[in-house]
Amino acid sequence: MTPLLEVSGLSRRFGGLQAVRELSLSMARDEVLGLIGPNGAGKTTAFNLLSGFLAPDHGQIRFDGRSIVGLSPHAICHLGLCRTFQIVRPFPRLSVLDNVRVGALSRRPRMEDARHRAREVIEQVGLGGKMDHPAGGLTLAERKRLELARALATEPRLLLLDEVMAGLNPTEIEAIVALVKRINASGVAILLIEHNMRAVMSLSHRIAVLNFGEKIVEGEPTAVANHPRVIEAYLGEEYVHAPSR
Amino acid sequence: MKWLGAAALAVLLALPAVLSSYAVTVFIFIFFYAFLGQAWNIVGGYAGQLSAGHAAFVGVGAYAAALLSAQVGLTPWIGMLVGGVLAAALGTVVGYLGFRFGLRGFYFVLLTVAFAEVCRIVALNTDAVGGALGYYITFTGNPRQFQFQDNRVYYYVALGLMLVATAVVAAIERRRFGAYLIAIREDESACEALGVNTFRYKMLAMVVSSFLTGVGGTFYAFYLFSLQPNAVFGIPLSVEIVIRPIVGGAGTVLGPILGSFILSPLAEASRVYFGQGGWSGVHLIAYGILLIAVVLFLPQGAYPALRRLWARPAAR
Repeated sequence: MTPLLEVSGLSRRFGGLQAVRELSLSMARDEVLGLIGPNGAGKTTAFNLLSGFLAPDHGQIRFDGRSIVGLSPHAICHLGLCRTFQIVRPFPRLSVLDNVRVGALSRRPRMEDARHRAREVIEQVGLGGKMDHPAGGLTLAERKRLELARALATEPRLLLLDEVMAGLNPTEIEAIVALVKRINASGVAILLIEHNMRAVMSLSHRIAVLNFGEKIVEGEPTAVANHPRVIEAYLGEEYVHAPSR
Repeated sequence: MKWLGAAALAVLLALPAVLSSYAVTVFIFIFFYAFLGQAWNIVGGYAGQLSAGHAAFVGVGAYAAALLSAQVGLTPWIGMLVGGVLAAALGTVVGYLGFRFGLRGFYFVLLTVAFAEVCRIVALNTDAVGGALGYYITFTGNPRQFQFQDNRVYYYVALGLMLVATAVVAAIERRRFGAYLIAIREDESACEALGVNTFRYKMLAMVVSSFLTGVGGTFYAFYLFSLQPNAVFGIPLSVEIVIRPIVGGAGTVLGPILGSFILSPLAEASRVYFGQGGWSGVHLIAYGILLIAVVLFLPQGAYPALRRLWARPAAR
């Protein structure tokens, strides 16, 4: 079976900054891949390249065997690759239902069908009680769920989650982790950028680490966490040889 | 709400029987500007693309219908569709340049103004369409030439235009097209991520909007019988088109109508009272003050504010 996502040699430069350098990734259809790395490592740039918001300088992106380089974000979404934004972007004056319906309309052009589907997804992410509230009035945790719901409503096969847990408290994070697990169990592959290590460790089947735009390590969560180059990237060289506790 | 609309419609249909000819004229302008505002509402109100050059579409439609009638003998009833199509063609060009190259906010405003100004200058310098002297239509009073002896016929035609445009906007709002336009106004990037082809829907909105506005050009030409480039392509007309839906509530079905019922009589009154003795144009100052007040106190316009007032006692 071909991988769901196959990235090779992906590069993008901003002026003098090589934001992403020769990035290669491969994802199976039911996988959760964590993408971690220090601030400025190029994680969000990688997301922007994969979702069509930025064009790569060079490199190949194959989604379900087909090249998606040069496609616009909406076309990529229709193929089944949907992303969320690190800084959530709800339509603030629209209700939760109307927000999610915009996503649902991409698969169900009839308003009634889309509304029906949106209701299901909103219940699924646990926002059922806020259906008719304007999105601008939601708490951060609720807005993160809304962001997730809107993306889910497009019925993706691969979901790109950009820091859906940032700014949440431990209880809220636990709830989102459970939610992401359920989404994955329903057959959606997930690529997630996350700074919360405990969440990434418990969610990811594999983890890839970026530093200065390059993938430095990739592998099982525990192996990655103890890898000297990862420790160096996060904490500095002097910690690499420090005695472990 | 439904019976209220039906009652209002019945009143408007019966009104000419009791109105003076002057009052009928005031209503004609209310309807006509509500129609233009409604057409603008599609791209400006719903899609949030602030075109400040909609006069260009009125002018193209007006000159097209007038010239086709005089030169080829084509009845303006068909000429108005031709004018609409030509205006839509211009709208396509403006929209393509603006949306393909991602002009947002003020840059899009400037682009639309620039196009209207180019149209105005071309018309001013083209002798075949009367140039700076303007283009005049001979009055025949022949209904087939979109000309009527009785002012009240214009009343019903303008009312019809307003109702058609309102029906179009109401239909758009109920469909995916409308839901997408509203979402595009709120956040374009988020729309793209959710599978919305923002370029296509903004273009569609522009085409429908400019077509309707161009159709309005025929009414303009055959109601006023004179086309002056400075008036029909001018920035003041573009402002008249934009300000009604903004005051009434941009992006709502009834906003442009409410805005026109507020502003058109105001413009007429200030024209009557300040028109002589070098005070003409004072209504523009009134517009400015009103616009500032609306932006400060009712940023979403009068109609949403009215709705809240209406809903509050009912909720208790």
